[in-house]
Amino acid sequence: MLNYQNYIKLEFPAKSVNEGFARAAVAAFASQLDPTLGEIGDIKTAVSEAVTNAVVHAYPEKLGMVMLRVRILPDERLEIVVKDHGVGIPDVEKAKTPLYTTGGEERSGMGFTIMESFMDTVKVKSAPGKGTTVTMCRRIRKRV
Amino acid sequence: MQTLTLYADGCLTILLKGELDHCAAQDAMQSIEELVEEYLPRRCVLDLSGLTFMDSSGIAVILKADRLLRQSGASLALERPPQQVRKVLEVAGLTQVIPLCGETEEECEPC
Repeated sequence: MLNYQNYIKLEFPAKSVNEGFARAAVAAFASQLDPTLGEIGDIKTAVSEAVTNAVVHAYPEKLGMVMLRVRILPDERLEIVVKDHGVGIPDVEKAKTPLYTTGGEERSGMGFTIMESFMDTVKVKSAPGKGTTVTMCRRIRKRV
Repeated sequence: MQTLTLYADGCLTILLKGELDHCAAQDAMQSIEELVEEYLPRRCVLDLSGLTFMDSSGIAVILKADRLLRQSGASLALERPPQQVRKVLEVAGLTQVIPLCGETEEECEPC
């Protein structure tokens, strides 16, 4: 038996212009759970941070792909996976430190902090040369 | 990402419109920098009411604007952030270091 109720899977080049597309696609898919505007805002923000990290950091030497998978799990939980096959993160805990960034001046180093604040859980799996997978969950509570 | 400006009595108000993400951040930084160099304000207010989305790239834009204005002896304030933008500002701790107009009027007068 499948342990999800519905899902989408997208793949797109790690281009900055696709950040808006990614968060809009996730928001549209999540709408079937009847989230509040605040919940949609939180989800879009977290997706934007994870996808932007992949765009900025994953492929310094070439244009690679970003995979985005969104599933609706039991108990109205939305699971979002952002995965790349890029250079990976040498030290994940350091990368999560607020204000730490190796990106350009347009990055603030607050990406992981915002993801962790806006989602219920955030897991990061990464190793040098083996890409990065960010898995985030957020429960969308039924409104009465 | 668009900007609209209003200047009066040394105070420059910059209205940011659209989505402020990584894709738009460079242009936003450049626009703000050019406006500050053109008007040389004593005080600058970023009116965020026209933003439909902002992520942490917007934090970088605001922090750079703050640095730029401080270097020229001027000050920065923020104004009217929508709910999603406000939450990003609060999580990043920005509302503790840059005044938010319209809520603490005794500390922050809009232009």
